[in-house]
This record gives sequence, structure tokens and C-alpha cells, in this order.
Amino acid sequence: MKMKIIREIVEIRISDIKLEKANVFKNQDIPLNREHSLKVETLFTEAMELFIEFSHPKGLVSEIPIPEFEVVYFGEGLNEKKTPLDEIFKKADYLALFAVTIGEKLSQKIGELFELDEFALGSMLDAVASEGTEKVADIVENRFSELLAKSDEITSSTGILRYCPGYCGWHMSGQKKLFEFLHPEDIGVTLLDSYLMKPLKSISGVIVIGEKEIHNFIDSYAFCSQCKTHFCRDRISELFRE
Amino acid sequence: MDILNKISEHLQLGDDEKVRIFTKEAIKAKISPKEILNNGLIFGMDIIGKKYKAHEIFLPDVLLAAKAMYAGMDLLRPMFIKGGIPTIGKVVIGTVQGDLHDIGKNLVGIMLKGAGFEVIDLGNDVSPSEFIEIAKKEDASVIGMSALLTTTMPFMKIVIDLLKEERLIGKIKTIIGGAPVTEEFAREIGADAFGYDSINAIEKVKGLTGMT
Repeated sequence: MKMKIIREIVEIRISDIKLEKANVFKNQDIPLNREHSLKVETLFTEAMELFIEFSHPKGLVSEIPIPEFEVVYFGEGLNEKKTPLDEIFKKADYLALFAVTIGEKLSQKIGELFELDEFALGSMLDAVASEGTEKVADIVENRFSELLAKSDEITSSTGILRYCPGYCGWHMSGQKKLFEFLHPEDIGVTLLDSYLMKPLKSISGVIVIGEKEIHNFIDSYAFCSQCKTHFCRDRISELFRE
Repeated sequence: MDILNKISEHLQLGDDEKVRIFTKEAIKAKISPKEILNNGLIFGMDIIGKKYKAHEIFLPDVLLAAKAMYAGMDLLRPMFIKGGIPTIGKVVIGTVQGDLHDIGKNLVGIMLKGAGFEVIDLGNDVSPSEFIEIAKKEDASVIGMSALLTTTMPFMKIVIDLLKEERLIGKIKTIIGGAPVTEEFAREIGADAFGYDSINAIEKVKGLTGMT
């Protein structure tokens, strides 16, 4: 039976955030199969210590019915004409808006390091902070799926992926309606006129829960040719590997 | 090994303390500041750039070397005080309007200074008119623009269009970069160059200013 609408501020301990060193190094353009200096290792360790000291992770998730999400997704009417998410969300079993952050203090610390000419540590901390924010989003996504699993809403064929404004044809201005519905200010995240979030190390978007197959799309949309990463391929592959 | 070689070697190792010590020694030995800068510090940074390009070292190594370069420059700066530190060109950089992501732009600025350019960093969320006004005021030869968002990339074109309007194309060159920016986009909007990373951006700026 369908449960009542969920809205929850997710408390996150730093110890719950399991950063993947490989992702941090990838962000720093360090190939995984290449040896690197001891100095690089030391920088990583120092950056991890600063991350623990200065990050304040918080998350917010709120279930949203499909018709209401349609309004959020339409946003300011600036999305690409055809997008994968436009097809995907209509077939979803559940949708939830989310926002996460690791707080402003960490961003300030990164800025301070650059001011002090500690460029390598600042850059490494920035990479750690980006990876940390992704992991906080993972925790919030897992929390939402755990809540659904409690009432047997999740099966082995269920696929859960999140999508964010600014990617795959969903225009950045979509943040405006998303914020109006979700109110991420409850966790200290605000929206600037440029649709960027403050703190900068924050992520918002929609968690889509449904049959795995609904997430499967071919990256042949008009805007895909401009995409440098095609991360969608990895995300979809991973979903079907699980 | 002479002092300038020691400066270059320790810079490449990212050892800012040693670079400071040997720069002091070089000054004491009456080596001209210009020679210390060109044949010690910049020479070392050039090797770092080549090693990075050959994937022998990685971004953190480059940034440690840049810190060491700055340590030496801090000692030379007072000696250049009359005429200022000799530069090979002046570059105005910034993250375009609406965008607050400045890590990539900062890295380019650090590397440009390391290569001997004078850098005027306008920060982030820089309006097109500010780019133009400051470049004109400072008589800069290059404007470098960075964007991390596809939604802010169009501001790069506005800057180039303003340069066209003011008949400054050719006098002030443009280079663009950032995660979503491509060579194709650079061509489309009429930018003079595209830098795919900070080291590549420095090579391109050198090309734009006739240094290579």
C-alpha cells in the first residue's frame, strides 16, 4: 500500500560519508593506473582531515507526486524540447526532490588555502569536497529508498537514479520551481539569481524510483553531442549490474 | 650545480622552502633578479609544464611547483619594485557572469603567473562589460574566460561580440575554457583559442601573444 508523502531532513554524520579516493584522484586528473608521488598522497590525507574538520553535511528529501513534478520539471519553460527525464519521470513509481550540502565552511576553507598560495591542497580539498557532496547525495537517496523498502515498495527490478537541473536537457532555471517546492533553505541551501546554489558544494534534483528499464535511454539527444562526459552510460550500466 | 639550477630543481620538486633559500643565495651572489626569474624560476616551471604534458607528473605536483615559484617571486618582487616584475604579457581572467565556479580559473591564473604573465584576476560572476573595460584600462593583450555551466557559456559570446563592436578583435585576443566548453564552441563564438586544461591554456596564451 502506498505510504503517506515523505519529507525528511536527513541527519548525516561525517563518519557515514565513505569517500572514494579513486574518484578524488580522477577529479585531479590522476590516472588510476599510474604511480604518483608521496606528496600527492600526503595532500590527499591532509585534505581528508580538513574535510572532516570543516564539512557540515545535511540533506533534505521530499516525495513529490508526478503531476506536481511535471510543474517543477517544466520550470521556466527553458528545457530542451526532448529530454530523457521527460520520458522517464512519467513512468516512475515514486519521485522525490532532494537537496544536499556539505556546508559553507568548507568552501571558505578552500578559498583561504588559495589565498595562502596553498594551491595543491586547496585544489585537492575542492576535489574531496565535490566527492563528499556526491556521497551525501547517495546517503539521502539510500535513506529515501530505505523508507520505501520498509513498506515493500522496492523490489529486485527497481532502479533508482537521480537527475539534476543543468544536466541532460533539464535547464538550470528548473532550480527555481524545485526550490519553491522543496525549500532547501531548511538545511541552509539558498538559490542565487544565477540559479546556482549557496553553499556552492550542494546538489539538488529529483530521485526517480521505478523499473530499471525506465532509466535506460540512448544518448542521441540533440544536446548529447555537446556533452564531454557521457556519465549517463556508466550510471545506466551500473544500474543493470546491480 | 649552480644556484639557478638548484632553484629550478627544487621548484620542480615543489620544495618552496629550498627555493626560498636558494633564491636568497642567488640574490646575495648578485645574480640579477631578471636572470633568477627567467633562468631559475620560469625555467623550472617550463620543465614542469613539459612533464605534465607527458603525463610524468600530475596536477598536484604542478601546483606544488607553482607554490615554490611564488616563494621565489616574493623575494624578487621588491627588487623589481621600480619597473615592476618583467612580464611577457598581460592577461585579464575571470569566471563569466552568473557563474561562481572559480577553481579552474584560479589554476589558469596561477600557471599564467608561473609562466611570467601579469594576471589581472577579476574573480567570478564577471559581467561582459567588466571584462572589456578592465582589459582596455590595463592594456591587456588577452582575455581569458571560464564557465562551468552550460547556461553561463553564452556570456562568453557576448564578450567577443562587444570586442567586435569596439573594434578590438585582434588587439585583444580571447581564450575560453571550463568543463562544458569545447573547441567547437570556441570556434562557433569566434574565440581565438580554447584551453582544455590549465597547462594547455598557458600554451595557447603563449601562442596568442607570439611567445611560441
